[in-house]
Amino acid sequence: MHDLDAALGLALTLVVTADADLLEIVGLSMTVSMTALALSCAIAMPFGALLGTCRFPGRGAVVVALNAMMGLPPVVVGLLVYLLLSNAGPLGFLHLLYTPGAMIIAQTVLITPIVAALTRQAIEDLHTEYAEQFRSLAVPGHVAIAALLWDGRWSLLTVALAGFGRAISEVGAVIIVGGNINHLTRVMTTAIALETSKGDLAMALALGLVLMTLALVVNALVFAVRHQTERHAHA
Amino acid sequence: MPDSAGSSQLPARVAAQSKDRSREPPALCASGLVVEVEGQRLLDRVDLTLRSGATTIIMGPNGAGKSLLLRVLHGLIQPTAGTVHWRTAGDGRPQRQAMVFQKPVLLRRSVAANIDFVLGLHGNRNRARRQVLLQTVGLADRAQQPARLLSGGEQQRLALARALAMEPSVLFLDEPTASLDPASVLWIEDIVRSTRGRGTTMLFVTHDVGQARRLGDEVVFLHRGQVCEQTPSADFFAAPTSSEARRFLAGLIVL
Amino acid sequence: MRSVAFRLLLVLVVCAASLGTVRAAGETIIVQSTTSTANSGLYEHLLPLFWADTGITAYVVAVGTGQALRNARNGDGDVVLVHAREAEEQFVTEGFGVERHDVMANDFVIVGPPTDRARILGLASAAEALTRIARSKARFVSRGDDSGTHKRELALWQTTGIDPSAASGTWYRETGSGMGATLNVAVGMAAYVLTDRGTWISFGNKADFMVLVEGDPDLFNPYGVILVNPTLHPHVNAAAGQRFIDWLVSARGQEAIADYRVHGQQLFFPNAEPRVEQ
Repeated sequence: MHDLDAALGLALTLVVTADADLLEIVGLSMTVSMTALALSCAIAMPFGALLGTCRFPGRGAVVVALNAMMGLPPVVVGLLVYLLLSNAGPLGFLHLLYTPGAMIIAQTVLITPIVAALTRQAIEDLHTEYAEQFRSLAVPGHVAIAALLWDGRWSLLTVALAGFGRAISEVGAVIIVGGNINHLTRVMTTAIALETSKGDLAMALALGLVLMTLALVVNALVFAVRHQTERHAHA
Repeated sequence: MPDSAGSSQLPARVAAQSKDRSREPPALCASGLVVEVEGQRLLDRVDLTLRSGATTIIMGPNGAGKSLLLRVLHGLIQPTAGTVHWRTAGDGRPQRQAMVFQKPVLLRRSVAANIDFVLGLHGNRNRARRQVLLQTVGLADRAQQPARLLSGGEQQRLALARALAMEPSVLFLDEPTASLDPASVLWIEDIVRSTRGRGTTMLFVTHDVGQARRLGDEVVFLHRGQVCEQTPSADFFAAPTSSEARRFLAGLIVL
Repeated sequence: MRSVAFRLLLVLVVCAASLGTVRAAGETIIVQSTTSTANSGLYEHLLPLFWADTGITAYVVAVGTGQALRNARNGDGDVVLVHAREAEEQFVTEGFGVERHDVMANDFVIVGPPTDRARILGLASAAEALTRIARSKARFVSRGDDSGTHKRELALWQTTGIDPSAASGTWYRETGSGMGATLNVAVGMAAYVLTDRGTWISFGNKADFMVLVEGDPDLFNPYGVILVNPTLHPHVNAAAGQRFIDWLVSARGQEAIADYRVHGQQLFFPNAEPRVEQ
């Protein structure tokens, strides 16, 4: 258990001394995953809301497929995005491979189904409650969807947290399309993988602890904001 | 579905028209309305004509089809057979309708935002108008509170204010005061009376005989999906023509 | 509200696009290389010196030799620095690379637990050691990932006439992972493993493992560096890539390689053909 003690000590040292490399890696992790989350919410939340409120033939199949895609393996996503962005691939001309942009794309692809599927469920439940009232008020479709998204904002915040958790913690996709390049595409998870392969298990674990703390801080912040807002303004 | 686009009626014009309503074309002609669900006939050949500007009380035992009739007339449910014709507004467009449900569904926002949402639907979001509506229902000082944290009576008043924000020519009320405290009931009845005074045609479902007496111009009595009688209010409570209504008023269980 | 959302989206797309293009100022190249060189920390030593001399930033993608060459075939990189001579020569013959240059070498070693069930300690022949391991059915962990180390291990098995793949899953275990991950597995299950000396020396999780077999000429491990063919992949930064190669094989680069030490031990031995400096 020597590694565990060493890891705790190392983690503390890294954080307390504000290690420059650590800050860079943490910064990139947050930038990539937050951007991926924002893109994915912009795409998936309106789509999920549309799917949660509309009835059309084949809807059940779309919902099942979307739910299944929540389990997309990150390496498969990484491989697909690699094939797309490779210089030999259809989007090679963008020269995005081995850049943070490629990592953002991969993580966006990875978490969009999660955000869409969970949004669909949350909005569908809300829609069941609102539908008759909205029909009575003759609320146009796009206004209804915007209203449902806004009124479901607290559920959707949890949905976004689920997407963020998946993005910040995955390694399979970013290591393939990012390449774990030092000072360019190295993020928390790929750094942990690297330290593990170097056999520096204490450092790997220390980085893991920092990553978990980061996730904890993000969740605590969201919780605090929600708690505060709910008490003072809108239930 | 009720059309949101209609001309707003000016009270003065309505007042002028109300002098001679008997010659006006009826607000509503419904004929042969049938609703069947899984072989069960829930509305059975309902014919109904409603006078413009009148308050019609719909009464009947539980399961008679009162709420269902309201929803069919409002356009929320398509009838299996039959037709609903509403008189069009002066410019030929359908008249605006609004409905107050038994259990209010309020947005998860502030009291003010609930009104603003409806005003915004018609493109006339406006602070002054919102304040007037909230004053009408006695919620002006609660504007910034979360709507969902209001008491049951306050929630229903807000729902009523929201319906009035639509400036409806036809207002449906589906047991709006069931399970409310007496003060809230009185408040809502006051608003309904003043709304009637502005010439709004109203359909009001209630179980409360006293309320029906206080508010109704005429009573439609429903039983097992059929209209048993449609009688002016004063006559109905003095001597109902149908045996079902007589037994109902006598406090008997009508099966 | 919608226009706000739209503007937000626009900002995000612009952010993503700009992030996608942030690389260090000045020229950059991508080097497709191996886990053995990257895990040993060699690049952290070399690249700052290279940058100081040329102003070119080299980004290293560390994968197995097989994958590095495959990525380079797709044009995803400007230079490859790997260790599988036959595969490298084939890469050049097929036109994907311009020319192979010797750059440095170290050697492979067989490491294992001190109990040494197969009794291979001190053997001069790697083939003999593998034969004894197979005969005693002692656990042996293989990279199994088409890397340079894996190719060499398979070549060694071939000289013994034993086909270890028949025993895959029993005493012969293929991890399909990088050098470091494979060493972790070997230490975890007290198994023999073939590794390059550089990774071994810098590896932090050795437990009680030790070098058992070394010094066989068959364990010589040369690294080659190749420029990806710019006529095949026009976006290849041939000028900067060539400068990287020239620097590595120059007296200065060779000296820098020789200088790199971990725990006082030299990991890589420069072996570029001496050139006439211009």
